[in-house]
Amino acid sequence: MSLELKEVEKKVGIETHIYSTNLKLEKNTINVLLGSTLAGKTTLMQIMAGLDKPTSGEIWFNGENVTGKEVQKRNCSMVYQQFINYPNFTVFDNIASPLKITGINSDEIKQRVGKVAELLKLSAMLNKKPDELSGGQQQRTALARALVKDSDLILLDEPLANLDFKLREELREELPKLFEDRDCIVVYATTEPLDALMIGGNTATLLEGNVVQYGKTLDVYNKPDNLTSAKVFSDPPMNIAEITKSGDNFKLVDNNVQWKSNVNIKDGNYKIGIRPHNITTYKEGSNSVEINGKVLISELSGSESLIHFTNGKLNWVSLSNGIQQRNIGEDTKLHMNVDEFLYFDQNNRLVNHG
Amino acid sequence: MNKTFNQKAWYFVIPVFVLVAFNAAVPLMTVVNYSFQETFGSNVFAWEGTRWFKEILHSERFHASLGRQAIFTFIILLIQLPLGIFIALTMPKKGWGVPVCLILMSMPLLIPWNVVGAMWNIFALPDIGFLGNSLNSIGFDYNFTQQSGDAWFTTVLMDVWHWTSLVVLLSYAGLNSIQPAYYQAAEIDGASRWDIFRYIELPKMKKVLTLAILLRFMDSFMIYTEPFVLTGGGPGNATNFLSLDLVKMALGQFDLGPAAAMSLIYFLIVLLICWIFYSLMMKNEART
Repeated sequence: MSLELKEVEKKVGIETHIYSTNLKLEKNTINVLLGSTLAGKTTLMQIMAGLDKPTSGEIWFNGENVTGKEVQKRNCSMVYQQFINYPNFTVFDNIASPLKITGINSDEIKQRVGKVAELLKLSAMLNKKPDELSGGQQQRTALARALVKDSDLILLDEPLANLDFKLREELREELPKLFEDRDCIVVYATTEPLDALMIGGNTATLLEGNVVQYGKTLDVYNKPDNLTSAKVFSDPPMNIAEITKSGDNFKLVDNNVQWKSNVNIKDGNYKIGIRPHNITTYKEGSNSVEINGKVLISELSGSESLIHFTNGKLNWVSLSNGIQQRNIGEDTKLHMNVDEFLYFDQNNRLVNHG
Repeated sequence: MNKTFNQKAWYFVIPVFVLVAFNAAVPLMTVVNYSFQETFGSNVFAWEGTRWFKEILHSERFHASLGRQAIFTFIILLIQLPLGIFIALTMPKKGWGVPVCLILMSMPLLIPWNVVGAMWNIFALPDIGFLGNSLNSIGFDYNFTQQSGDAWFTTVLMDVWHWTSLVVLLSYAGLNSIQPAYYQAAEIDGASRWDIFRYIELPKMKKVLTLAILLRFMDSFMIYTEPFVLTGGGPGNATNFLSLDLVKMALGQFDLGPAAAMSLIYFLIVLLICWIFYSLMMKNEART
């Protein structure tokens, strides 16, 4: 089983929503579409589901060209950011709705709904209507509806975005387990890099209608193909600066911060990308370099402290553990972990990583 | 701690009291006043107790006009609701068609009621009216000024023309508030067009439809201007609805006592039905 997009393109009027995209999703995988709003995640999913037709290109499923096939005739299910359930059905009837249409007998429906409800902790609510449930339970019902029919393709379009923080954490933990031993392809769209990392599987980074990179989630995170992919997959945003290299001496162009590294690249000009957690108020790693900064703002969350600072033209973010109190305007010394730097050439391609 | 008492805030409430008194309480109490008394000229009154109420409640005339009123309201609700929902469903959801449809739909609502009556009166005249003349020329024996069936037909048609738009606009607003994801989810489930209407659109329109029923019930139950201009209650008493009858009694015959009693009963009927309807609606709301 596989889902393959071949040179899929989507235009609406004169606007291009999806640029020519090739993507192959394998059986039994969770695939995260990671990108900001308007990156094309939803459009891509609707094309995968058959809710929307590509302007050009083909969609192949299990070796069959399904480009023009209607959504009703495909075996897929979808969960949305909004909690979409039939408003006047009970939870039971909601979950059973996709089965009822297929004409399965009521005993089997009962058994299958019961099983899914158990899995999603909805057993006690089967006789309630969606309006009587909390947001989290409504979304669980929608998830149950997607899981109850053995879909080949399950599409989750930012399913956690409308939930409050605690419910989001809870459901995010459960999600990968729900799909663990299912014979299907799962696609999960999100704007949050953290979601992708926690869900694992594969990740495709998207920017403005382009799939920038697709691969194993950790690979995409650790070795982004290019600067764009690295930026998409970084929250808080990645710190970027121009550098020059000669021999094993590296230097920021904007100031005289210098360090040594045995990264094996030619002498010349590069860009570096430093993730915020690799700039800390304390020393980390065996090879670190100091940078002075004027504090713009510090955000403390208890377990972590975000310190935004400037140094010359640079306007960077650092992320340290614990509470690191800094006053606005204060000059502070920070440490950068040289081994974790990402180096990009002038075409923004990754040349090496720390 | 000592509380300081200052009742000056009450002054702010006085304007509201005065306003409500003059636009609701005082006129209503005048009617109540009339309804318990016999009124003679030069401000002479005689106490009659509940006599007028008993008379009205037992009068065949009142029963007849109440019956006509109920049938009329029932018919127009039966036509306007499904028709309004149907038109709203077929209206475009985006593009240049939206403003065009909305303006077309609002037009009948913007025409003064007596103008509507006059328009339809002329439109339906059997000799010179476009509708009346056309119907006669294709073989129907149509004359709304003489045949009660035709008078009913014309009154109902006029009301449908005048007020269906309200149901359309409300339904359209209800339909537009449904997120596209609902339709997609139903499509993925393999739902048919009817299923989508029955299980998504209708439940999602429930609130605006209850409002539409309530508004249309009240307006049609109190309809006066349009039939007054169109048929004047005729032929005979065929389209003599409650409010027409009431005005005839109050101003035509100057029976102030019975007319006052009748208007109170009329008012209480409308209030009662609206209250029942509203509490049923709220009960449903609380349950779901």
